[in-house]
Amino acid sequence: MNQARLELMLCGGTGCRASGSHPFKDALAAEITRRELDGEIRIVETGCNGFCAVGPVMLVLPEDVFYQKLRPEDVPELVEEHLIKGKVVERLLYKDPGTKKRIPLMHDIPFFSNQMFWAMRNKGYIDPEKIDEYIARDGYFGAARALTEMSPEMIIEEVKTSGLRGRGGAGFPAGVKWEFASKTQSDIKYTLCNADEGDPGAFMDRSILEADPHAVLEGMIIAARAIGSSKGYIYCRTEYPLALARLGLAIKQAREYGLLGKDILGSGFDFDVEIYQGAGAFVCGEETALMRSIEGRRGMPRPRPPFPAHKGLFNKPTVLNNVETLANVGQIILHGGERYASVGTETSKGTKVFAISGDVNNIGLVEVPMGITLRKMIFEIGGGIPKKRKFKAVQLGGPSGGCIPEHLLDTPVDFEEIAKVGAIMGSGGVIVMDDQTCMVDMARFFMDFIQEESCGKCTPCREGTRRILQIVERICEGHGVPEDIETLEELSVVIKNSSLCGLGQTAPNPVLSTLRYFREEYDAHVYEKRCPAKRCAALLDFKVNEDKCTKCGLCYKACPVDAIVWKKKEVAFIDQEKCIQCLSCFSACKFDAID
Amino acid sequence: MLQQAEILESVLERYPSKPEYLIFMLQDIQADCGYIAPESMEIICEHANVPITQGYSVATFYQSFRLEPQGEHEIKVCLGTACHLKGGERLVENLERKLDIHRGETTEDMMFTLNTVNCLGACAMAPVAVVDDEYISSTTPAKLDKSLKAAQQQ
Ligand SMILES: Cc1cc2nc3c(=O)[nH]c(=O)nc-3n(C[C@H](O)[C@H](O)[C@H](O)COP(=O)(O)O)c2cc1C
Ligand code: FES
Repeated sequence: MNQARLELMLCGGTGCRASGSHPFKDALAAEITRRELDGEIRIVETGCNGFCAVGPVMLVLPEDVFYQKLRPEDVPELVEEHLIKGKVVERLLYKDPGTKKRIPLMHDIPFFSNQMFWAMRNKGYIDPEKIDEYIARDGYFGAARALTEMSPEMIIEEVKTSGLRGRGGAGFPAGVKWEFASKTQSDIKYTLCNADEGDPGAFMDRSILEADPHAVLEGMIIAARAIGSSKGYIYCRTEYPLALARLGLAIKQAREYGLLGKDILGSGFDFDVEIYQGAGAFVCGEETALMRSIEGRRGMPRPRPPFPAHKGLFNKPTVLNNVETLANVGQIILHGGERYASVGTETSKGTKVFAISGDVNNIGLVEVPMGITLRKMIFEIGGGIPKKRKFKAVQLGGPSGGCIPEHLLDTPVDFEEIAKVGAIMGSGGVIVMDDQTCMVDMARFFMDFIQEESCGKCTPCREGTRRILQIVERICEGHGVPEDIETLEELSVVIKNSSLCGLGQTAPNPVLSTLRYFREEYDAHVYEKRCPAKRCAALLDFKVNEDKCTKCGLCYKACPVDAIVWKKKEVAFIDQEKCIQCLSCFSACKFDAID
Repeated sequence: MLQQAEILESVLERYPSKPEYLIFMLQDIQADCGYIAPESMEIICEHANVPITQGYSVATFYQSFRLEPQGEHEIKVCLGTACHLKGGERLVENLERKLDIHRGETTEDMMFTLNTVNCLGACAMAPVAVVDDEYISSTTPAKLDKSLKAAQQQ
């Protein structure tokens, strides 16, 4: 690579593309050519930078200046001032919501400065479509070491020393899993990467694949070497077109460089990888279901044992790891397991990537050292709750996870500690909810998802989740009866204890954890037929409170069916005949003036 | 139908006659034709060496398969957790009213199909909708309207 004077690392992740990074890039490229700067300035389209909330974003290297919310109109000024005169364009910098000060350098922005980039160390720094850029940042050095200097036992030992635990949800030690598979004799063994990421509201794996696909391939090569496997599959969901494209390209380049295929790096070791595109089923993220799906069948789980390390894909020994787990492996082998284990808590080592979204200022992707508190993650990195609203709960672990209330926010990020408060680390989805969220409605939302995704093979999960959903729906609609809560608790225990796979065994969690911490909200729905957060339409009057109404007309503008009568300086009125109870006016009103 | 037959031929050429390629073949047909016609299903199952019931069992299990012709433009509205919190459901209801169809259905003139999805991995822009391949961020009914009109004029 010839060195440019400045490199403009423009984010081309799914988030920034949706907020318009491509029109900006085109304008920028045209202006750079027009000003004849092509030789000295290089635009690099990177994978997800992580700070999706302020996209499109761009990092100027080597200066580390971070620009946000870029529009094509900003191009002439940016080129003239910064690229030519060397002056930072103040108005395009990140503004700290607390101090109202603009912060020029990326590593000074609290969102970034509190993070620790290991699995995502290359995000935003390389062009993910160029293998050379990955290699220039020590990429494939770990694989080279594993293949040429280490025996499979040594690799496994190193990964065990690191304490790396699976990032896909269950947190099983990766080294131990590999050891099982390595000890099983077979003519062929499979190495699989789980990129199904079915948890709605989580996008860690997508971002890693988009920003640094080679890191995942490198992890797979090392895992394959450790267990003696010659064939790998990456199971990636169809909803991620960009990740799929970048993976495909990465595999092609790795083959060209002799890093996949026969006799890798002259070590005599053969390994190749294929992509398998998931066809859309949440349960296929479960390991045995995923393997069935690759076999071309309905993706339904089967009982374990036999464990996949003995009998997995096509009944052959198989190791399955999550994208993030694998992205850590190359660095562990290169720098040693001890360095990895130096960060974290007693039982949870290294870093964890989280996708923070919902009612929080800095929506995006963060990587934090294990042991950091949830409070720090949500309020310092996440920047707190927008619109001056109050924090209510945080949902961890997706549909199988649970809600954590304010008073437990000092819980550290650690597999065991999080489980103790009734949630799970899960894959890393963190949904922050403000005081306008109804916890019963949230429970209903997750149960609806789980019920829909239950594969139907085992009865407790199929029928039980449906029953729970019916009851929660009834409560939301104002038809709840006092016995309902007891029935919910009873059903939950049965489903938990008797379901076949992880989906069913964790299915009641959304209900159990909301019952545990927000029981009074259930009571308000059941006994008073009232939804305190004003989310359950059936329990609302759709009437304007004349004392609170400031006559601003926001509700009038928001109503999709013209059911609101309003004139300047007059209190709004909702025409009940026309009203379809869609709640648009509730969201629009800033003064809580609709009941 | 002729078209689907031609595409089918090239799909069959690409894959060996083995059960594990069933889903690949169905995905390819779906990608090129938008749906899987009964005739195609029959031929693919024969090629994969599986009973036709297995073809349907697989196609009805996974959400991405369609067994009916799809509209010219696809609207996907995200109902993942982040989008749910920000009112994704309202967007779907609005479209259902406007297009006079339910989710999963296609308008009578075959112009639009309305689908819902669980998380597009773009939660920062919630609520998210996608019209054909264009992502709409912080979607409002008005923004959707504009995109639908633009799609229609193509
Ligand atoms: C219902 C269900 C869905 C799952 N979905 C995913 C997923 O989307 N991605 C993932 O990596 N693991 C998922 N898992 C966990 C996998 O079964 C498996 O434990 C994991 O991929 C192993 O990799 P790891 O040890 O590196 O975490 C899911 C498990 C269950 C029960
Ligand atoms: S929840 Fe809609 S994009 Fe993630």
